[in-house]
Amino acid sequence: MHYIDPHIHMVSRTTDDYESLAKMGCVAVSEPAFWAGYDRGSAAGFRDYFEQLTTFEPKRAAWYGIQHYTWLCINAKEAENVALSREVIAMIPEFLSRPNVLGIGEIGLNKNTRNEAIVFLEHLDLAARMNELVLIHTPHLADKHQGTRMILDMLAGETRLERQRVLVDHVEEHTIRPVLEAGYWAGMTLYPTTKCTPQRAADMVELYGPEHLMVNSAGDWGPSKPTAVPDFMLEMRLRGHSEELIQHVVYDNPREFFGQCPRWS
Amino acid sequence: MTAEEIWNRDFLPLRSKILEIAATLDRLDRAGGVQSDLNKTLQQALAVLLDGKVDRAERVQLLFSRQYEEGWRKQLEV
Repeated sequence: MHYIDPHIHMVSRTTDDYESLAKMGCVAVSEPAFWAGYDRGSAAGFRDYFEQLTTFEPKRAAWYGIQHYTWLCINAKEAENVALSREVIAMIPEFLSRPNVLGIGEIGLNKNTRNEAIVFLEHLDLAARMNELVLIHTPHLADKHQGTRMILDMLAGETRLERQRVLVDHVEEHTIRPVLEAGYWAGMTLYPTTKCTPQRAADMVELYGPEHLMVNSAGDWGPSKPTAVPDFMLEMRLRGHSEELIQHVVYDNPREFFGQCPRWS
Repeated sequence: MTAEEIWNRDFLPLRSKILEIAATLDRLDRAGGVQSDLNKTLQQALAVLLDGKVDRAERVQLLFSRQYEEGWRKQLEV
């Protein structure tokens, strides 16, 4: 079965990983801009990163027949530096017409601070003005519930954004319900120790249904597994779920959400 | 899946996870124990597993979560 990984940081992965993804049926990946493991010192650092995301990375993916899409922003962790964030946000429109750019992301909160909230709102304003899709990172561990609720508060206040054009990612058992009930898309991230396991993600599909729900690996430079989405597919099969239902979550849903961007093909 | 099928498939992994918890708590005790709020939360989380009510995963998640306050925007002046 073909599938799409809607959130994976391929710049942190090897070319061999692309080969493994292709062998497992992955036909497209979507790569949000994120934290590199260190704070970048200037907007020029982000310009280079955006170049990599929009030129070399799609080429590397194409070697294995995979379509590569990306999202641009300054991530929540570096958003603590508001001055730098504003420089980066001002630069993003230069890249928005690149053929593999799907929108603004992954924006959001990290430690739920005032500066993070300010920069999040300025990203939302950019997305609304440019009519772009939005991909949102929700915080880790103890900060997730509070941060997700804060994000939903800020989204509710941005009436220019249509809710079906916003994906709220890394939902877990205590955050999925308010996201779906508010009309946003939700993403579940499969990580070895934090976030979600394939089993718990399958539980949530059973509890909430497959609509507006996606599953991703968020493979990056930390402990993560780029082929985690096939693990979820196997878990669903072992539980006796139909191929149609599995495809709905891992292929049809990302296509429907991303298809709202005219640069998606 | 029926409850019996889930039981048959998941019993051994469940047993293994409970043993891991037991062994980790023993290891902590042998090392002198830990006094922290998180340790208290852990005890509460373990109690949730045995209370026989639904939504255990969600309730355990909330136990390990910072509180959300509706007036946060005013507090942070955002």
